[in-house]
Amino acid sequence: MEMVKLTIDGKPVEVEKDTTILKAAKTIGIDIPTLCYFQLKDMDIENRPGGCRVCVVEVKGRRNLAPACATSVADGMEVLTHNIRVLNARRTVLELILSDHPAECLTCSKSGSCELQSLAQQLGVREISFPGAQSTYRKDTSPAIIRDVDKCIMCRRCEMMCNEVQTVGALSAVNRGFMAVVAPAFEMNLEKSPCTYCGQCVSVCPTGALTEVDHSRNVINSLADPTKTVIVQTAPAVRAALGEEFGLAPGTLVTGKMVAALRRLGFDYVFDTDFAADLTIMEEGNELLDRLTRYLRGDKDVKLPMLTSCCPGWVNFFEHYFPDMRDIPSTAKSPQQMFGPIAKQYFAKKLGIERQQMIVVSIMPCLAKKYECQRDEFKVNGDPDVNYSLSTRELAQLIKQANIDFNSLPEEDFDNPLGESTGAGVIFGNTGGVIEAACRTAYELYTGKKLEKVEFDELRGLENIRHATLDFDGLPINIGIAHGLGNARKLLDDIRAGKSQFHAIEIMACPGGCIGGGGQPYHHGDSSVLKQRAAAIYREDAGKPIRKSHENPFIIELYKEFLGKPLGEKSHHLLHTKYFDKSANVFIEE
Amino acid sequence: MAKIKLSDKKIQELKEVCRSYNNEKGELINVLHKAQSIFGYLPAEIQEVIARELSVSVAHVYGVVTFYSFFTMTPKGEHPISICLGTACYVRGAEKVLEEFKRQLNIQVGETTPDGKFSLSCLRCVGACGLAPVVMVGEKVFGRVSPEGVQDIVAEYSN
Repeated sequence: MEMVKLTIDGKPVEVEKDTTILKAAKTIGIDIPTLCYFQLKDMDIENRPGGCRVCVVEVKGRRNLAPACATSVADGMEVLTHNIRVLNARRTVLELILSDHPAECLTCSKSGSCELQSLAQQLGVREISFPGAQSTYRKDTSPAIIRDVDKCIMCRRCEMMCNEVQTVGALSAVNRGFMAVVAPAFEMNLEKSPCTYCGQCVSVCPTGALTEVDHSRNVINSLADPTKTVIVQTAPAVRAALGEEFGLAPGTLVTGKMVAALRRLGFDYVFDTDFAADLTIMEEGNELLDRLTRYLRGDKDVKLPMLTSCCPGWVNFFEHYFPDMRDIPSTAKSPQQMFGPIAKQYFAKKLGIERQQMIVVSIMPCLAKKYECQRDEFKVNGDPDVNYSLSTRELAQLIKQANIDFNSLPEEDFDNPLGESTGAGVIFGNTGGVIEAACRTAYELYTGKKLEKVEFDELRGLENIRHATLDFDGLPINIGIAHGLGNARKLLDDIRAGKSQFHAIEIMACPGGCIGGGGQPYHHGDSSVLKQRAAAIYREDAGKPIRKSHENPFIIELYKEFLGKPLGEKSHHLLHTKYFDKSANVFIEE
Repeated sequence: MAKIKLSDKKIQELKEVCRSYNNEKGELINVLHKAQSIFGYLPAEIQEVIARELSVSVAHVYGVVTFYSFFTMTPKGEHPISICLGTACYVRGAEKVLEEFKRQLNIQVGETTPDGKFSLSCLRCVGACGLAPVVMVGEKVFGRVSPEGVQDIVAEYSN
């Protein structure tokens, strides 16, 4: 690789050709401030429009200052990153950005995690010397995401995520100059666009322009209502990231403290979505086996590959873009939505209360779950199976509001009978985890043999598209895995073209899987955070006494006492669903 | 937003245009140019057709249409009126002329009168500075226009 020698702030640096000044400076410990620049290393995600001009540096011999994030190094280059000229320019640029930014820090939901706010602090901005007109754009509230584009700094990260990574195409930069915004086609509301609510735009937005809909108030009101029994279920990915909001290192498992905190918040029963994940495996694993055996018997009508269906962002995606293939995914509901009917019908009966007296809250790493629990097919006579979904960030906020000292909480256990889960249920949080959990059960049910090694290492990892061939006692099973909707699209295009060789495919909308969900603590582009969260999930799995869903005694009891058998009539009625054609939203109709 | 019934023949013509550019997404601006000359403007429905043909998102097409002032989403009037706001015209009172047009036609810049007769836009220097302030209606140039003379110009085209 051709190397280039240059000096930055007088220090010599040698880097590969085509490296940017920003990255070259980083190698010698010089951190040039940035704003629009964003990178998720190891996942091929980078946004460097060179637009905000915060990272400008002086390059000897060049008349104008150069943006460090978008300028490649050259032999003999002399760069100065913080002389007076650069510092003045940087502050002026920031003041100009702030001159059209609402001064709402006190009540903005992004205060404390806002990159613009941090930068203003870092550069010591004390007054804005550019008065003038301010944008007044309408606020756009969708079921999961709020757009407040007065706060938008046109960094284009959301556009990059939506178009290049997720290939959803809901957002684009429109108009020009002072009127420029990032908006859906025809500046319609997000709800009318092909938005899947995956929330990746929210997770990369540096300001409060894109945030989630906050249902904390509804949950607080329910907790305060003495006539309601309030139940909470927690997703696997939450326990691997919640601690970050309280200063703990990424990858610290805080399951016990999370349960203790929820109890102190006043939830009547603290259950685990992982229990419902085991339930999902029972239904989906059996569905996969049913399709496989019919296929092997020569049934020409069987749809293979089977696709997982627990990710609501992914479900939205194929309803919009591949509605012609909506009989291919599993009909099993997601764990969140399986939990709902079990809680409101099975458990409510056990408690002797009506379903309307029960409020089910979910804590999710995901923003699409907020939309999912409002879908009409997940309601009974207008009463939703899951009432509210809160993100990991919202839960952390609630815990802080209630003066709970998270770090000094004792380790507590989930309640029963909907709190016990196996390792297979936990790994749902990682990309590859759902299909690994399904294979643990499918293998034993199909072959009748016990798995010697429970971990399927060949299904793990962070590569965008992975595939492995598993040996089911002589029968080769081809598994495909994709995370990030752009990668999912590639696999789906293959299926549509008849080129797919897979028997089963797992799709997660968010890069990294649920641990990288739109509702998780902001990672600010540090991909090591995602890796550590994933490792924590696998650690929790390894530490569980039971690792396979079909061995969960409470699941066995649930079927015996209430459901009957997987794919049976009651299971089908409560735990399975159907999908809709939403292609009209892609090309906007009235 | 009301759906407009577009001529099938014209839509076919548009699809032919896209095909002539190999449906390449990089040719979006050229396609939009041709589309605007076929239809006179670029309504939402046309942007959707183009998005489908070139395999890009409608949001992206809309972004390009709104970025360039030449592309318009409202049909131009039968008689497009352009007021020059270049330096010479400006110092000789072009703004007052513009205000008078806005008042008489009851539309803003960029809009078209409900009867489709007139649309209003601004220009930057036609190069006839000796005739400032200059107003163009279609291809015809009117020089030394005063606010009082506006109603005569409008009257000339109202029959």
